[in-house]
Amino acid sequence: MAKPTTSLRTYALTRLALVLPMLWILLTLVFFMMRVAPGDPVTAALGGRLPEKELQERRHAAGYDKPLIVQYVDYLGDVARLNFGTTITDDRPVTDVIIENGSATLELTFWAMVVALSVGIGLGLVAGRLRDSGADVSIRMFGIVVYAMPAFFLGFLAQLLFGERLGWLPTSGRASPEVQFLLPTHTHLYLIDAIIYGDWATFKDVVLHLILPAATLGLIIAGVLIRLVRVNVLQTMKGDYIEAARARGIDEKSVVYRHAFKNALVPVVTVLGLQVALLMSGAVLTETTFNWPGIGFELVRYLNNRDYIAVQGIITFFALIVIFVSVLIDFVNAWIDPRVRY
Amino acid sequence: MSANGPVLDVRDLRVWYGSTRGAVRAVDGVSIQIRAGEVLGLVGESGCGKSTLGRGVMGLLPDGSAVDGQVLFQDTDLLKVSDRQLRRMRGPDIALIFQEPMTRLNPLMRIEDHFSETITAHEPKLSKAEVRRRSLEALGGMGIPPTRFRNYPHEFSGGMRQRIMIALALVLRPKLVIADEPTTALDVLVEAQILSILADLKRNFDTALLLITHNLGIVAEACDRVAVMYAGRIAEEGDARTVFSQPAHPYTRELLRSVISLNTTGLHYIPGAPPSLIDPPAACKFHPRCPDAMRVCAQLAPVEQRLSAGQRVECWLHGPGDRIPEGGREPLEQERIAVAEEA
Amino acid sequence: MASQLIARAGRAFGPVREARGVPRWIVWAGIVLTLLFVVMALTAPWISPYAFDQYKDASGQRFVKQQAPSSAHPFGTNVQSTDVMSRVIWGARTELKVVLFAVVVSLLVGLPLGLLSGYFGGPVDRVLVLIMDALFAFPYLLLAIVIAFLLSDKFGSGVATAAFAISAVYIPQYFRVVRNHVVSLREESYVEAARALGARPRTVIGRYVFQNVVQSVPVIATLNAADAILTLAALGFLGYGIQPTDAAEWGYDSSRALSDAGAGIWWTGLFPGMAIVLLVTGLTLLGEGLNDVLNPVLRRRKMEPVTLPPRAPQEDRA
Repeated sequence: MAKPTTSLRTYALTRLALVLPMLWILLTLVFFMMRVAPGDPVTAALGGRLPEKELQERRHAAGYDKPLIVQYVDYLGDVARLNFGTTITDDRPVTDVIIENGSATLELTFWAMVVALSVGIGLGLVAGRLRDSGADVSIRMFGIVVYAMPAFFLGFLAQLLFGERLGWLPTSGRASPEVQFLLPTHTHLYLIDAIIYGDWATFKDVVLHLILPAATLGLIIAGVLIRLVRVNVLQTMKGDYIEAARARGIDEKSVVYRHAFKNALVPVVTVLGLQVALLMSGAVLTETTFNWPGIGFELVRYLNNRDYIAVQGIITFFALIVIFVSVLIDFVNAWIDPRVRY
Repeated sequence: MSANGPVLDVRDLRVWYGSTRGAVRAVDGVSIQIRAGEVLGLVGESGCGKSTLGRGVMGLLPDGSAVDGQVLFQDTDLLKVSDRQLRRMRGPDIALIFQEPMTRLNPLMRIEDHFSETITAHEPKLSKAEVRRRSLEALGGMGIPPTRFRNYPHEFSGGMRQRIMIALALVLRPKLVIADEPTTALDVLVEAQILSILADLKRNFDTALLLITHNLGIVAEACDRVAVMYAGRIAEEGDARTVFSQPAHPYTRELLRSVISLNTTGLHYIPGAPPSLIDPPAACKFHPRCPDAMRVCAQLAPVEQRLSAGQRVECWLHGPGDRIPEGGREPLEQERIAVAEEA
Repeated sequence: MASQLIARAGRAFGPVREARGVPRWIVWAGIVLTLLFVVMALTAPWISPYAFDQYKDASGQRFVKQQAPSSAHPFGTNVQSTDVMSRVIWGARTELKVVLFAVVVSLLVGLPLGLLSGYFGGPVDRVLVLIMDALFAFPYLLLAIVIAFLLSDKFGSGVATAAFAISAVYIPQYFRVVRNHVVSLREESYVEAARALGARPRTVIGRYVFQNVVQSVPVIATLNAADAILTLAALGFLGYGIQPTDAAEWGYDSSRALSDAGAGIWWTGLFPGMAIVLLVTGLTLLGEGLNDVLNPVLRRRKMEPVTLPPRAPQEDRA
């Protein structure tokens, strides 16, 4: 019982060892899922558009004439070297897609998470604290309706109201065309680029473009968070240590903030890790709605062009992100909750 | 407050909960007193309202419960003071020790933080060093070494956690400690340890202790006086030795007979179950289970009587004779016990 | 058997009738909204003004495209000249059909897999858990898209393709919930007692475990159905759902309406979008309400107001 707390480093090593099987399974799933499709990727994407001889050459170059198991091993080896292949339709290394379009997605999802966390946790805590009050019922309803709202519909309403009716905000792309053309980009994160160059007009333009997509995606995730945080607060407030703290004469504010809220947020961190799936799915829809040239937007484009290599590469990248986030979340958890480190 | 007046004087306290099936009369007119340096044992079967009594004194009742009567702590009526003032009194004046120690500490806070939070909540001007000194002193008194001060709750065993909880309750030197079944969740060896700690308390600090338990052995060992509670009322109260040697209330007597000891030859139990607190039996609440029940017991609620041996008791066996109607002393035809069981 | 099931269901839903205050209100709002769409789906041929793919009236006159709401077209017409209201009404039928199909398939696969895997454990269980966890962690929409994309090559884009793609998303969820439930049940004393008494695995799983696990199904299935509507709409929006000529689907209509927003044409996107929101809200409220009512952990013991009666004189107190 009185075992000393395991150090964070030991925990980290054990946790990382558990990642590998999960990673392997995800990659295997991705690989075989893509191979279930009839025909080979080259024919699917370019069939009918190039002479058979050239298709043959391309197939050979990409290794599609090798046995499946060899292709599988090659795939794992490529992923280990962070090589995700080259798209068939526009001959672009998937790594480039990830860096260029991925940074657009990163910019969008980061600000969406800021919105989601502040709205979701804030409202969830209030609702849980004031159970069954008018505020609680309205916040709950808000959470449910926002959750029920598809990203594209929320986006549609936002475009209609703030774009078309009020004309306050742009509804498409990451920046105005002329700004995008003139901005020398290094990080592919426009906001940071604009700051680096101290170009405030560009900065403003980028911020304005970011508002609607980030708010749309953020609100949808906030809907889930509200529900989660509220339930956790309710359960924590019933906790024995809450009553014990009250019995020691700790004032109600400290009881709520120091004891209830902190404990209520611990499980939220774990579930937040699972929300990355929702975040990515939401990002695909939000990007398509707002013509945001992110990785989800590109994925849909490649899907429509039947470019299996691009799809496989991007999906593989998503799998890596999923694994990365799950490990990250566990570390954060171990850091805030001493019990986890066993 | 007079010099040797009681620290706690509960007068005719009632605590009722509202439920969908009707009002639960958890505490229904209870009066008890505890003096400084005195240990009062509060015993009774589970569900007789003893925990509610403890919580009621602390003002820690769930929303929607109705309370009246008086809870005088050093002549201040706790039922009349503001929430803020009551909060200030919890800790330095009255402390509560809970039954299950495993879940009473915040899992995310170090032991140190529990102490500093508690101390600074009541004495915000204290220096950090002084807070630390006092905390370590209280922990040391419970046999927890200073090296464990920065540990988290999950790193302690149940017995150690209960000692931490006690240290946490005592660090502010409360004048009254309410211990609600402090050893029920612990094993026998730890139980003895905790009891001796509580006994030291009154010796060293003149603390008054309300010890809530269903274990008569603990009462015999640790208490000066004992109050026997039944269905929300005090059936009998008096000097522990007197009550144990000459129980005046049939319930006390039956309770004592049910205790298992080394020379027990057969098991004795009180037939039936504790009555419903929503719809308790009329008149004397014990009469359906009482082997000595008389007709009057089913007709009129008993009146508190003070006996020559010193205890007070609510039972018609002890009068007053002038209130018992004609023929009231005839034995009661007991209904089938199943009826009581149903209730 | 059937009457037994009904009796059991009746008992399980007893708390719904007893529920009060906010939970009661939530359950009823959910039931009303959901029923509204079920009725709409069942009676679509009669209540819908036109067919879902009809773009000209009886006289062969083509409808004006993107026409604002009018008496002939209460919700207006869209870019393909079809009647928005008819597509919303017929859409209810499509959504519910696909989602019912998907939930049943996921249940039929996920529930038995979870039961057996959880009860017997062993290496098969461990492998299944790893696979299902991997699928569960994966962005659900991408999973559905990829599967719809792969299936559409073989089966075309119809109800079945969409339903299977969605099932793939929810099978891991049922599997996880059921398996974890079973694992915890297996350690329960009464299940252990049954095993100790020599009950066969079939009996134990059937009588003790299954009946216990099944109780959590209504809540999960309702909440998943809500989620599945969103997934289907998202698939439709991205062009991997049901083709517009096969059936009316709200997600597809929303995607066609997106470009209308800039032109101030609000009716083509608003109505299908509202339909999604209302149906998902209805199902969520129903699921949440059921959860509140059925899940005792969250249920608050009802406190009724209580007033102390004045004290009676000692003698009269009964």
